[in-house]
Amino acid sequence: MLFWISTTLKVLVVVGFLAQVAALLLWVERKQSAMMQSRIGPNRATIKIGSLEIRAAGLVHSIADGIKMVWKADWEPTGGDHLLYRLAPIVAIVPALCLCAVLPFGPTVFLDHGRDLYDPAWATDAATLARSVPLQIANLDVGVLFIFAIAGAGVIGAALAGWSSDNKFSLMGGLRAASQMVSYEVAMGLSLVGAMMIYQTVRLDEMVTWQTQHCWGIFVQPVAFVLFVTAAIAETKRVPFDTPEGESELVAGYFTEYAGLKMAMFASGEFVEVCVSSALITTIFLGGWQFPFVQLTGLEFHYLGLNISWHWAHFVVVLVGFITFSLKCAFLIFMQLQVRWTLPRFRYDQIMKLGWRMLLPAALLNVLVTGTVLLFLNSGNG
Amino acid sequence: MPGKTKVLKKPTRTLADQSYLIEVVKGLGTTLKHFFQGTGQMVSGNVPNAVTDPLAEGISTLSYPEEKRAYSERWRGVHRLTHRDDGSPRCVACLCCSTACPAQCIYIKPGEYPEGDKRRGYERYPVEFVIDELRCIFCGFCVEACPCDAIRMDTGTHMTAFDVKSDFVYDKDKLMSMVSQHGTQKSENPRHEPGDPGHPGIDRLHGGH
Repeated sequence: MLFWISTTLKVLVVVGFLAQVAALLLWVERKQSAMMQSRIGPNRATIKIGSLEIRAAGLVHSIADGIKMVWKADWEPTGGDHLLYRLAPIVAIVPALCLCAVLPFGPTVFLDHGRDLYDPAWATDAATLARSVPLQIANLDVGVLFIFAIAGAGVIGAALAGWSSDNKFSLMGGLRAASQMVSYEVAMGLSLVGAMMIYQTVRLDEMVTWQTQHCWGIFVQPVAFVLFVTAAIAETKRVPFDTPEGESELVAGYFTEYAGLKMAMFASGEFVEVCVSSALITTIFLGGWQFPFVQLTGLEFHYLGLNISWHWAHFVVVLVGFITFSLKCAFLIFMQLQVRWTLPRFRYDQIMKLGWRMLLPAALLNVLVTGTVLLFLNSGNG
Repeated sequence: MPGKTKVLKKPTRTLADQSYLIEVVKGLGTTLKHFFQGTGQMVSGNVPNAVTDPLAEGISTLSYPEEKRAYSERWRGVHRLTHRDDGSPRCVACLCCSTACPAQCIYIKPGEYPEGDKRRGYERYPVEFVIDELRCIFCGFCVEACPCDAIRMDTGTHMTAFDVKSDFVYDKDKLMSMVSQHGTQKSENPRHEPGDPGHPGIDRLHGGH
């Protein structure tokens, strides 16, 4: 019973958050780009209640955009495949939402021991375990592999949209999206192999546990971190990897023929992808919900001759973990948006070259080096 | 004798440039610097005044139309017809402006003052004075051509956007209602009415020559 209630609650919270995140990130992106380009940014949309004028630093623009999207004429191309045309936006956004199902956004909550100090025995005690809620919607054994499988499905949406629109620009955009995403998935997957070898697991919660006990993944796999971040940005199809959209040559690429809410689904799908990829990078490389030097029992700092142990109650640790995870994600989203407004767009052939001739060999080399080092370390131990 | 040839060294890309990564970090550094500068100004409220200090570091957005920069005195805006002291137009309907106009956007229908008016015989007045502001190229020739300082472009205002083309055709009343940048409807140049001490007293019927 607890399982069903907690899972429903988690799904509602996570999906509810991701549904809003597009509106929020739209505002963030506009304001952030305005700030770095020495502009004020959008601030004219106003809600008037009597003499009260609410502008909320431009947040109202997101609401105005939503209203505009709803009332746009839902125009469809007369040619093409109508079923696929309507299916494509859904196929594009659903995988992005599914991805967050396996991401752990906090340590496991033991409901009976909120005020107690963490005891490793809880994790093995059946009675306690039955009254525990992992802060992760689905704890799958295949973890990372699930993410690759679902992220791979995202390409179908873009390809379908390009194909079914009966427009040459759309088709070109769809083709580009398909080839780009498939190319970068290879590098993305291979860049994580090194991390999986070190963590000895593909389960995301165990990855976080490993990083809590040893050190963050970015320190043991710096090359993989750079490769993965690059590939993740490429997967979101945003600048500097936005050739599928290709404003200057393809109008709007694969969603040229989409209007109103269907277009909004593609656009918000992009933001959800940014959000989810940030959460993924956090989980795999930045220690997930771990605040530096914080263990499940509280602050443990045993370096530089210092020996600090500051024990916290279980619920404090959980709260700190959840907030830390959110902040890390927010930081990565911020950096991704910053990259989007800093770098110029790659040419299409440059994207392919970068993917196949730089990222892929680098990822393979990373696997080789990691494997060799691990072999030496293990043989030393044995 | 041919001049000395200076051979420019072709810029080479270092491995650091080629790897792209360092340059990306540098670029992010630049944009982040500007981001924090802009955000700092917005949060602390120290946004430079775009009207008085347009070249200041940081946010330089001008919130038009609430904020406007003053145009220079010689900036050519929408026309106006200057007034005499009695409120009638200074224009004497000599047609100099419409003759000088390269866009042919000025139409004037001259009229004689009625019998007994002290100005009759000396000058005429515009029955109609129409400027098609859409045809106007804002060259200012009309202002240069005018012998009476009757037409000026010192209003400091842009052409307003209207829905209908006919709204862009300014008639005499509309042109007379415009004010200069400094709020006056007159001209600072003196004008002598017929009968005034400084008036030459020459007219078409009683020429001095």
